[in-house]
Amino acid sequence: MSRIGQGPDMILKIGLYIALSLFGIGLLYRISSWFRCKIGPGARKISTLHRVASAIKGILATFFSLRFFNLITSLILDVILQRKIMREDFLRWIMHLLIYLGFMLLIVLHALHGIITSKLFPDYYSTVNPFMFLRDLFGIMVIAGLCIAVYRRFILKVPRLATNAMDVYLIAIAGIIILTGIFLEGIKITSYTRYREMATDYSAAENAGESKALESYWVKNFYVVSPNRELIFDAAALKLGKSVHERSCSSCHSDPRWAFSGFIIAGMIKPAAGGMDTAGMPIFLYYIHYIACLLALAYLPFSKSFHIIATPVCLLAHAVIDEKKSNPANIATKRAIELDACVHCGTCSIRCSALAAASGRKNSDILPSEKMQHLKSMIRGKKLDKHKLDALMEGVYLCTNCDRCTVVCPAGINLRELWFQAREGLIQNGKPMPVILSPLSHYRGLMKDRLSEEYYARPLDTAINALTSTLHDIKGRTVTLSVPDRDFNFADEAGLSIDASTCSSCFTCSTCTASCPVVQSYDNPVEKLGLLPHQIIHATLLGLKELALGSNMLWNCLTCYQCQENCPQKVRIMEVFYRLKNMAAARVVEAEKENAGSAV
Amino acid sequence: MKYALFLGCAIPARLKQYEVSARAVCAKLDIDLVEIRDFNCCGYPMRNYDYLSFLLSSARNISLAADRGLDIITLCMCCYGSLKKALQVIKKDTPYKKEIDAFLKKERLMIESDIKIKHILSVLHHEVGIDKIREKVTRSYKGLKIAAHYGCHALRPSEVVEFDTPQNPGIFDNLVEATGAQSVSWQMRLDCCGAPLFGYNDELSVKIMSTKLENGIQAGAHYLCSACPYCQLQFDRVQNMLLSKKQLGRSLASILFTQLLGLSMGIDAAKLQIDANELDISGVEKYI
Repeated sequence: MSRIGQGPDMILKIGLYIALSLFGIGLLYRISSWFRCKIGPGARKISTLHRVASAIKGILATFFSLRFFNLITSLILDVILQRKIMREDFLRWIMHLLIYLGFMLLIVLHALHGIITSKLFPDYYSTVNPFMFLRDLFGIMVIAGLCIAVYRRFILKVPRLATNAMDVYLIAIAGIIILTGIFLEGIKITSYTRYREMATDYSAAENAGESKALESYWVKNFYVVSPNRELIFDAAALKLGKSVHERSCSSCHSDPRWAFSGFIIAGMIKPAAGGMDTAGMPIFLYYIHYIACLLALAYLPFSKSFHIIATPVCLLAHAVIDEKKSNPANIATKRAIELDACVHCGTCSIRCSALAAASGRKNSDILPSEKMQHLKSMIRGKKLDKHKLDALMEGVYLCTNCDRCTVVCPAGINLRELWFQAREGLIQNGKPMPVILSPLSHYRGLMKDRLSEEYYARPLDTAINALTSTLHDIKGRTVTLSVPDRDFNFADEAGLSIDASTCSSCFTCSTCTASCPVVQSYDNPVEKLGLLPHQIIHATLLGLKELALGSNMLWNCLTCYQCQENCPQKVRIMEVFYRLKNMAAARVVEAEKENAGSAV
Repeated sequence: MKYALFLGCAIPARLKQYEVSARAVCAKLDIDLVEIRDFNCCGYPMRNYDYLSFLLSSARNISLAADRGLDIITLCMCCYGSLKKALQVIKKDTPYKKEIDAFLKKERLMIESDIKIKHILSVLHHEVGIDKIREKVTRSYKGLKIAAHYGCHALRPSEVVEFDTPQNPGIFDNLVEATGAQSVSWQMRLDCCGAPLFGYNDELSVKIMSTKLENGIQAGAHYLCSACPYCQLQFDRVQNMLLSKKQLGRSLASILFTQLLGLSMGIDAAKLQIDANELDISGVEKYI
């Protein structure tokens, strides 16, 4: 490193210690949260202490069992080689490998050279090859990776790959660290001050002539910018300079051209280099480079960078934990680690089966990577406002449970389970959610043995009551002939006009009702279903909105199309039903939104 | 014969044996299945809640296949019905047209819908043909009585799905009989399995299923046979749930058609994942 005065040197040292302690405290805080954070009803009963003890026991047991091989395999294939990213997207795999390998190697070779590299290689010197070249190579690897990242996020704009503040931060801080490093190297190559220091320390020039010749040689070949106007660049001087160079410098300083990235910068800034050198630019850049590193270190546990710790831990835990057999305490801990392991890479959202609904509903929380961010902050105790909560609730429910996100997640997060727990937690809050009355609930039905009967039924009852309340009100009135307002545009609203227009052909023969297996299932169908199929079509045609939309029949419909197939008038009954269900659901959703609006 | 295989959501996550057995059978019958990893949900489960989301979902799948110049083969009848309906709607000038086009543009897909969508039963019956299947059946069933469950969303609405004559279909029966098994005639063969309501109206869903099962048993069937994951999950997992809670008297296990056909073509039971079904269907092999 360049010579900096005692004072500033001290400040940097103090800075380093502060950054290190912040990093240490942050790390402790974040790791302890893995044992404190409770996700889902099962985790609530297990104490933190029990979880710590179970984790230690689990880790030790793994080391002395066959699962140790799973651990090693996962370490090589998932953590180091990152096969899951490669399977998904080769470009992204190259990107991530360049950034992470480049950075890790720079940390070992360059940032920790005093602790690691110089111990491993006793003849280490930063100006000697291969070290000098490697440092540049690693730096350029990171830059290349970052360029791909910027290209993907801001130019290619991969559909559904959302970019949040943390993503920008990570690209920015890594970019600043590496670019200031390369510029610093470049400016040091041109720096006359630096040249003088080195010449004073190491030059074996025997007289002023040799000194000048050496300087000429460096100016000519290595971009040193000398204010010295009397330098001679003829062949004789350069030849002499070369011999002095070989005697004094070359054994401890490889040809600066090997530091290729810095050398390119040196070539570029050459015209202005003299001025920058006298203005103290090298020291200034050194400060920026150093302080950026300290900031990144201190902020690491609280930023996206924390994934370099949490994600490998999650992947390794994923390799040895069996969700069905492992200790529930360890599964609870893994659930908490998973939140930190998510890097918002967007793989899940790119491959999400329900992705089109995010556009259809204009709700990005349907995409797994986005609902994950909101779930994370909610679990960590942040209160979401009511609109965001509504969006999140719809988001966790509008999922086809296809398992793809869990299969493709490069961090080994068991999203299937996270969604299950989050869903059950969120839908129990008493808000009616019409989306629950759809085949999206099929999976929940198959899983119902995991829930108590009351827990299972409550959200369903809440939804059905909200959807059918209007009809109940009408039917409950003692006043006869209290016909609600007719809405003459209703039939047109109820679906694609091409489908809705078929309603007008209905002559109420009630073949639909007669062929309906649901109607046949009840002794007193009217009581159970509110309106029967032919009555719904008739009510729609008459514009009796409240009657048509409030009917229980809609939510008992199997969508088996017997009615439509048998209709002699070719009324598209099922299509109209679908549209009525959409409208009834939208009404409840809108009413909830208005409630939320007035409550905020 | 080359098709883009549309698996949907339920099969990869909950009924892997359908995919595995379908692939095994198709390989024997020279049906080339192309995988399109980008496929998403067909939109069927969203139809109750948001029609637009359904249309966008299906439109994207249709475009993905059209992009590659492939027709779609589905294993699921609900996927089949939804994709067929969407194919019809997105071609027309509806109020949704603008949103569909904008969405596909955002997804960088061509707005292209000139493809055919077929269910695996249609492909087997019409494209491969009963004769060729008979040729490949080397281990014919003897004395096995099968109740073929047609499934609603492949059969109806007939003006959209164009699967078979809705009132008196024969495709499934012909295919079952090609394996040597007897396709029993039963009154409720065209009725719903109850699955569309399962998860939000379980009481009715289960009632519909139980009535149907009883009807199949009375018709003398040894097994039900289905060709749709929702129907199969209903007859296998949900029936098993009821049996384990002793809420069902008699049971009638269901075998996937691809498993039934595969066994008769001499494919190993393990390769068809016969034991992945919750209710034991290994007894089918006794009739070979």
